[in-house]
Amino acid sequence: MIAKTPLLQSQDLTVGYRSGSKGRSRVAGPLNVEIYAGQLICLLGPNGSGKSTLLRTLSGLQPALEGAVQISGIPAGKLRPPDLAKKISLVLTDSVRDSNLDAYSLVALGRYPYSGWLGTLSAADSEIIAWAIDAAHAGNLSDRKMATLSDGENQKVMLARALAQDTPLMMLDEPTAHLDLPSRIQLMQLLHQLARQTRKGILISTHELDLALQVADEVWLLEEGGRLHTGSPEDLVLKGIFGAVFDKEGILFDKATGTFRMYQGNGKYIGLTGEGPSVFWTKRALQRIGFTVTEVQPGSPGIRVTEENGQTTWALEYKGGEQKHDSISSLLSVLDDLSE
Amino acid sequence: MGAATPLSGHDTTRWSRRRILHLTGLSLLLLIAFLMDITLGSVRIPFRQVFRILFSMHTDDLTWKYIVEQIRIPKACTAVLAGCGLSVSGLQMQTLFRNPLAGPDVLGITSGASLGVVTIMLSEGSIAALYTIKELGISGSWLIIGAACVGAAGIMLLVVTISGRIRNNVMMLIIGVMIGMITQSVISLWQYFSSPELVKDYLLWTFGSLGGVSGSQLYILAVVVVIGVVICFLSSKLLDALLLGENYARSMGLTTQRARVIIICSTSLLAGGITAFCGPIGFIGVAVPHMARALFNTSSHRILMPACCLIGTLLMLFCDMIAQLPASQTVLPINVVTSLIGAPVLIWVILRKNNLRAT
Repeated sequence: MIAKTPLLQSQDLTVGYRSGSKGRSRVAGPLNVEIYAGQLICLLGPNGSGKSTLLRTLSGLQPALEGAVQISGIPAGKLRPPDLAKKISLVLTDSVRDSNLDAYSLVALGRYPYSGWLGTLSAADSEIIAWAIDAAHAGNLSDRKMATLSDGENQKVMLARALAQDTPLMMLDEPTAHLDLPSRIQLMQLLHQLARQTRKGILISTHELDLALQVADEVWLLEEGGRLHTGSPEDLVLKGIFGAVFDKEGILFDKATGTFRMYQGNGKYIGLTGEGPSVFWTKRALQRIGFTVTEVQPGSPGIRVTEENGQTTWALEYKGGEQKHDSISSLLSVLDDLSE
Repeated sequence: MGAATPLSGHDTTRWSRRRILHLTGLSLLLLIAFLMDITLGSVRIPFRQVFRILFSMHTDDLTWKYIVEQIRIPKACTAVLAGCGLSVSGLQMQTLFRNPLAGPDVLGITSGASLGVVTIMLSEGSIAALYTIKELGISGSWLIIGAACVGAAGIMLLVVTISGRIRNNVMMLIIGVMIGMITQSVISLWQYFSSPELVKDYLLWTFGSLGGVSGSQLYILAVVVVIGVVICFLSSKLLDALLLGENYARSMGLTTQRARVIIICSTSLLAGGITAFCGPIGFIGVAVPHMARALFNTSSHRILMPACCLIGTLLMLFCDMIAQLPASQTVLPINVVTSLIGAPVLIWVILRKNNLRAT
């Protein structure tokens, strides 16, 4: 890792907007970041923290307020637009759905920086287009008009277009927005594989914290106010940075599970013991209605989950007595009364 | 799915056999329409005689020869130039603004050209009327075409500048229409203070006419339109990139500023030149690109450009034939006919496709 030149490197980069002749509004920075080949980087941050602005500045769509970006060791400003297009490909949030384009033509546009002055495609171009469509799992879509595609299908086609552009760097701005959960997972998985197999450096901005924690080689965490924390996702979690950036009233980042909890406790404690998935889901249910779940302690209410012959039983011990329940909802109905 | 096979069957940017067939069919239709346009008119000339005149063979009647050579052929050629030029400039504008209703007449470009023309026509002085300008010959033609192109370019520049700030299609249209209205009212104001003869000259010009272009003017128009259309064809690739919007276009290496200059130049040449000589012809520029998209089922400008040329020319010749109301003595103003034909055609296309897409 030490001797390699990063695909992209920023030096004291400040991003933001210029308004008028002197007015500048800084969004984030100064930032010093690097992207290496084969890395999948997830850019996370609350809404309005400037993820898109950072992405646009790194990709050259927007001028930096201060500092510089180097692409493979060359200052980005010295690259002519067609040469920059051979280095970075983008998937943006801009809609292309109101056009008469079919998916194949759209992917073929990815060859724009390489095609002749009239845009004619060579056999080699067609081969790369075919590969890109295949790699993005969009093979069944190539004849369809963009307007007829679902959000998930649309993203696959836009990804195929970026792949056809055949660049060492790819940047995707919220590619998982509007997708259903399976499509989100599928897309993240695909990007993860692509980074590994094609040695591309891939930067995506996303709100999918749990997915990002699973697939990202590195996480860039942009705080409101423009501070950026970088590092492996695990390090950031353990250092408590995730919690610090995202914590809002009533939402807690749980270090132990890497997920957010959205419930406020009602100040009551309950013990839980047992094995298997039933315990996990019981805990979730208990937390939802406001309990803080602890080990079973004598004297305070506790629940014992047992499994026999495929039959799960929840035993609630409370004030010396014991009630048996055969479902979580029946257990909760009793606890509801108890918590009041 | 097996190994990645070349998807030539899927490649919608190529000239498939079906598309070549369409194009050949259109070319044949165009030839027929051209011949019919020359044959039809207020004076009945037998087709055989027209044919003989065309191929410089002996004819029985010198009047017929004069009519065909000096009036009908230049008029048909003007129709071809105007139809072709207006259609491709409409296609360019629809892609640039990503707006299905964009076209030289809708966004005020034609009004800009009119303003240029009216400046020359109604200005006091020795070269006052279009009539006298025609007398001036070539230099006068260049003067009026130059003024129209400058007027068109000015408005186009203004609209493009505003479109850089406003991303909304509907807002853009409203502003384009407003600019057109401002231009029109400046023209009206000018008319108000001008002498009635000049105003009548101008009004006749606004009805549009394909018949007023002859001799050296036709060559000038041809030069201007050919240059404009060639630029359009050469800009096919950038227009393709602009289909995805400005950000994607830039990410693929397009210099937007340069693309805009190229499109402004060719649109101004085409709309300005044609408006200067034929008057403000409406609807062709908006309607034809939609017809081309519907027929060829593609967004690729390499295919749409020639398609627009052919369909635009065909439609213009057709309109001209209707304008002459075969075998009647009156000739309808071409501007009225293009709207009468163009609007229903556009409605038919929308209803058939049940949608209208900008690009």
